[in-house]
Amino acid sequence: MTALLEVEDLKVAYGKIQAVKGISFSVDAGEVVTLIGTNGAGKTTTLRTLSGLLKPVGGQIKFNGKSLKKVPAHKIVSLGLAHSPEGRHIFPRMTIEDNLRLGAFLRSDKQGIEQDIRRAYDLFPILGERRKQAAGTLSGGEQQMLAMGRALMSRPQLLMLDEPSMGLSPIMMQKIMATIAELKSQGTTILLVEQNAQAALSLADHGHVMEVGNIVLSGTGRDLLHDESVRKAYLGED
Amino acid sequence: MNELPQQLVNGLLLGSMYGLVAIGYTMVYGIVQLINFAHGEIFMVGAFGAITVHLYVLPDGTSMWVALPLMLIGAMIASVLVAIGAERFAYRPLRGAPRLAPLITAIGLSLALQQAVWAFYPEAKSKLAFPQIEGGPFSIGGATIQTGDIFLIVAAPISMAFLAYFVMRTRTGRGMQATAQDPDTAKLMGVNTDRIIVIAFALGAVFAAVGGVASGLKYGQIDFKMGFILGLKAFTAAVLGGIGNIYGAMIGGVVLGVVETLATAYIADIPGLDQFGSQSWAEVWAFILLILVLLFRPQGLLGERVADRA
Ligand SMILES: Nc1ncnc2c1ncn2[C@@H]1O[C@H](COP(=O)(O)OP(=O)(O)O)[C@@H](O)[C@H]1O
Ligand SMILES: [Mg+2]
Repeated sequence: MTALLEVEDLKVAYGKIQAVKGISFSVDAGEVVTLIGTNGAGKTTTLRTLSGLLKPVGGQIKFNGKSLKKVPAHKIVSLGLAHSPEGRHIFPRMTIEDNLRLGAFLRSDKQGIEQDIRRAYDLFPILGERRKQAAGTLSGGEQQMLAMGRALMSRPQLLMLDEPSMGLSPIMMQKIMATIAELKSQGTTILLVEQNAQAALSLADHGHVMEVGNIVLSGTGRDLLHDESVRKAYLGED
Repeated sequence: MNELPQQLVNGLLLGSMYGLVAIGYTMVYGIVQLINFAHGEIFMVGAFGAITVHLYVLPDGTSMWVALPLMLIGAMIASVLVAIGAERFAYRPLRGAPRLAPLITAIGLSLALQQAVWAFYPEAKSKLAFPQIEGGPFSIGGATIQTGDIFLIVAAPISMAFLAYFVMRTRTGRGMQATAQDPDTAKLMGVNTDRIIVIAFALGAVFAAVGGVASGLKYGQIDFKMGFILGLKAFTAAVLGGIGNIYGAMIGGVVLGVVETLATAYIADIPGLDQFGSQSWAEVWAFILLILVLLFRPQGLLGERVADRA
């Protein structure tokens, strides 16, 4: 069996600066895989490359066995890859409901879309209560919910979440993590980038630790959670 | 004697013509942050597209009620082709270039389009008679409406309603809003932003073409330089309403048209200002209004779009 996503020796650069220096990892269907690492390690760059927003300078990306290297960004989502970007990037002047509809931009099954909008409201009731409100008026945590709900609207085979807990209160962070756990239990395949390594590793089947453009350590979530160097570097223990 | 209702009607009509052209400035700016200063020429090309249909496609003596819709289609085809060509060959290669580059390109494009039209219509240096709708003027509630303006009365509201429906209710319209607000994230949703940019140019050209036909009917003549002043006025209207805001464009157009008309009609009645009342001062009032808005409300009457871009 081949993996859903296979990344091999991926290299990405901003001009002369190599931000990702040849990383390899894979994601199997049904798994949660996390990329952790300090600021500037290259996690966001990796996700933006998988989405086609950045073009790699080397390596391979295969999704369902198909190479993504030449696929333009706007065609990625139709292949089953959805991306909730770092910093949320909801559409501030559109209503919450229109934001969700944009997540289903390429779908034309009206009934299915309505059904999925209701599902998003079940998952995040606050979004349903404010459906006609401009998304820019939501709090940070609510915007994160919207960004996740919007990504789910494409019915992705793989959901990529970039720092969903960034800048959130501890309570809101717990809520978001609980939602990710719920999505996992429903069988959603997730590639999760997080600075909150403890939470991410507790959830993940596999994890990879990135440092300045390289993957320096890989293992199951549980192993990494108990790894001494990880505990020192990312979990604030000494 | 100038009656106020008449002046208001005149201002409203003039302003809705400005508004139609202003939509093109504001839509393109909203999506690619580019001022397409050749848009006035797209309006001019529309008027010539219409007259071309009348002179060379339709048989002589065709009733205007039959001819007008076909002329309008000709205007739209001419304007849209020029706008799409400009986007593809003049502006797209300059995406990411310093802002001055597309500006200079636009000026060059404007001159080239004027000269091209002049080459086809050598007599259009000063005036080319535009076919008129038969029948005399009629009056509503004390104001007289010229026959040529009937087109504007019908076309402006239909255009606005169509635009609002398109942007708010259709899938492509939502993709357009998304592209204006956050182009990279729009791509993540599956929006082909390159295509959206072309559609913005094309849609702006459609409304400019409606404006071009309206202008021909209103003034009874067209010339290859007609896009210059009107383009500046429409740009003023777009800034006035808040550049990037499509409703602002129409409102800015109407405000500009009314202010200009009233200023021209009444300023001369103010003691000591009688020499400022002539039609040749109309332009001055329009641009004084623009300067005032830029000084005191640079985001325009409705606009605020740059602020919440983050
Ligand atoms: N747009 C950009 N232009 C130039 N360098 C960038 C850009 N975005 C990120 N970088 C650099 O690439 C490296 C990786 O950044 P990023 O992928 O955002 O890391 P992470 O998401 O792990 O914090 C950093 O050194 C960062 O400074
Ligand atoms: Mg990041």
